[in-house]
Amino acid sequence: MRFKDQLENYLFVLPAIILFAVFSIYPFLKVFQLSVYEWDGISSMMRFVGLANFWDIFRHNGVWWTSVWNAIYITLLALTFQNILALLLALACDKGIRGGHVYRVIFYLPPVLSGIVVGLIWSWIYDGNYGLLNHWLKAIGLDSLTRSWLSDPKTALTSVAVIHMWKGFGWGFVILLAGLQNIPRELYEAARVDGASGWQVFKEVTVPMMIPVFILVAILTVLGTMQIFDIIISTTGGGPGYHTEVPVTRILSTMTGTSQFGYACAEGIMFGILLLLVSLFQMRIGKTFRQAP
Amino acid sequence: MTHRKKPWILGVCLAVALAGCAQKQNASQLTIWHWMSDREDVFQELANRYHASTGVSVRFQLFAPSDAYSQKVKAAAQTSTLPDIFGILGEKRDFASFILSGHVANLAAEVDAGEGSWRKVLFEKPLLMNEFMAGNSYGVGVGTYGIPIDVMNIQFVYNKELFRQAGLDPGKPPATWKEFLSASAKLKEKGIQGLVSGWGEIWMIECLASNFASNIMGEEKVLATLRGKVPYTDSDWIRVLKFFQEMREQGVLADGVVTMINKRAEQLFANGQAAFAMNGSWCVNVYHGMNPNLDYGVMLPPRVSNAYPQVIWGGAGSSLMVNEKSSRKKQAIDFLQWLTAKDQQVYLAAQTRNLPSNREALVDLHPILAEFANGMDRAVHPSLLPLAEFPLVTEAFTKGIQSILIGEKTPEEVAEEVQALKERELQKQSARNKQS
Repeated sequence: MRFKDQLENYLFVLPAIILFAVFSIYPFLKVFQLSVYEWDGISSMMRFVGLANFWDIFRHNGVWWTSVWNAIYITLLALTFQNILALLLALACDKGIRGGHVYRVIFYLPPVLSGIVVGLIWSWIYDGNYGLLNHWLKAIGLDSLTRSWLSDPKTALTSVAVIHMWKGFGWGFVILLAGLQNIPRELYEAARVDGASGWQVFKEVTVPMMIPVFILVAILTVLGTMQIFDIIISTTGGGPGYHTEVPVTRILSTMTGTSQFGYACAEGIMFGILLLLVSLFQMRIGKTFRQAP
Repeated sequence: MTHRKKPWILGVCLAVALAGCAQKQNASQLTIWHWMSDREDVFQELANRYHASTGVSVRFQLFAPSDAYSQKVKAAAQTSTLPDIFGILGEKRDFASFILSGHVANLAAEVDAGEGSWRKVLFEKPLLMNEFMAGNSYGVGVGTYGIPIDVMNIQFVYNKELFRQAGLDPGKPPATWKEFLSASAKLKEKGIQGLVSGWGEIWMIECLASNFASNIMGEEKVLATLRGKVPYTDSDWIRVLKFFQEMREQGVLADGVVTMINKRAEQLFANGQAAFAMNGSWCVNVYHGMNPNLDYGVMLPPRVSNAYPQVIWGGAGSSLMVNEKSSRKKQAIDFLQWLTAKDQQVYLAAQTRNLPSNREALVDLHPILAEFANGMDRAVHPSLLPLAEFPLVTEAFTKGIQSILIGEKTPEEVAEEVQALKERELQKQSARNKQS
């Protein structure tokens, strides 16, 4: 190919490369650079501190690790309850229940709503005085269970997790349903001809065929849930105390609340590494499952 | 079109497209960035009036919410693209950082010109919040770096109708802590919730705690604490924390107050679902919008001690700064002077139901707003102090109060945790000072 032709080809991809470099690569590298500085986000002076920010997070920042644990707790709930619910609903729709198309739309509505709006609606449901949840509990004689759900340290984190799962199960539902509909129907028919029960069909046909989809949904759930943020901001703001703090709210409050941009970048890198490790672990597990006879 | 010409045409198109991204500048137009979405129309009207009287056009640009605005201003400071006039949100250390980076003009000469005629009409403390004194801990040169366009203070408001229902005298709200607890108990007996406030926004907890602290130990001891000379485990600080414990134990607080955002707290008070609210003077406009018939009054936060004068949190509501690097600095200062003159301030106060920054504009105020105005002389603000607490310590202190309010920690436990963090921050500061 002539040099001029090559140049022309490169020129065509140049805008995309420029945009990618400016808006993706540069900020990514900048975060690494800032993480080793002490900087307030305004001043033209930055002080090099080496790995001190990382060391401080490891050694002294108990609140950070609390926030990580809180995110892991919500993630574990989402991985189990949210995805099991999504799978059950996807199985029901895959069986061709009456009004299946309507259910698909209904189940997919929560994910497309704004997290802030969802948070505000659920704040009203959870309200200690005039909330719907307490109203229903009183109506069925469970007055002793009523409380201010988002302000009680015993229930705040789980309450936030429930909101997140309600908002998120629709994603899993859509992906799982697509996966189920891709399983060749002949496999089910063959299993039934061989006398397999419903449970055996599910265990021996559906589950093995769905493993790649399960892995995808699990990875998306982990990545999406660990980065939970908008629902927390609109419901508890991380409180009471630090009971609903998650890494993203900590990063934000470090950056804007206490103006420690360098430290916030270090927290961001730590969090990114954590997510990377979890994703690699999940992919490894998925590979093992796929290779299993 | 030949095949060979294509790359050159593409390159020209790209250059034109990128050039189009550049912001169009009007050499004779003043640009002002702000975050006050509720005042957009009022600002626009003022801009029209200014243009009509001086021929100078002013463009107000709104960037909301305030978090997004704050980020925009910081980013603009990095790229030296700040407008002629802008506001700085955040703590005084952020303000200082903008000044030290050469982004904010010192207006001391203008404020003090003509025997201080501009200074004299402005409320003293809100202006002081924009000033830096000799020997300040931020290293900023002495000067006036911003002009308040409105002022605020935070007090208690009470619902007169709920007072009547509980057999309390609406003309005599509780003045002392004991009276406050007693009134709350009577309200509780009638099934009426007591105090509501946006304590999910932790700075509002800090407001009340600082009121208590100043009332109990005075400014000198508070300053000594900031310097690290008095520990947070001191009995006076424990006493401050114990007031919150007492509020919890006596059932004074509305349900869920500990994670409540202030907007929700305002709704509860406006709808008569709580008897007291701790809120800023901006609430007059908010309550008017939510419930124009609300019958309420203003009271000082309950006095907890007679040892020192009672103070309230207050100062500048919104301040505007002039860009030091602006080519229209003189016009920008002239506009700020015009904006804070009596006529414009009266208009702003009437339209937005906020307290004006010009003392002479305190005419025909909404009666509740006038009550808030009476409190301005008692107003204090952390920005008025010569040094500030470490942000992490402030966060730990207010989050600790949340823990007390939910019964998770005792005042003593919180005080110890805060003090431990304070000592660590002092050590870090000491190490930094040695290095530099």
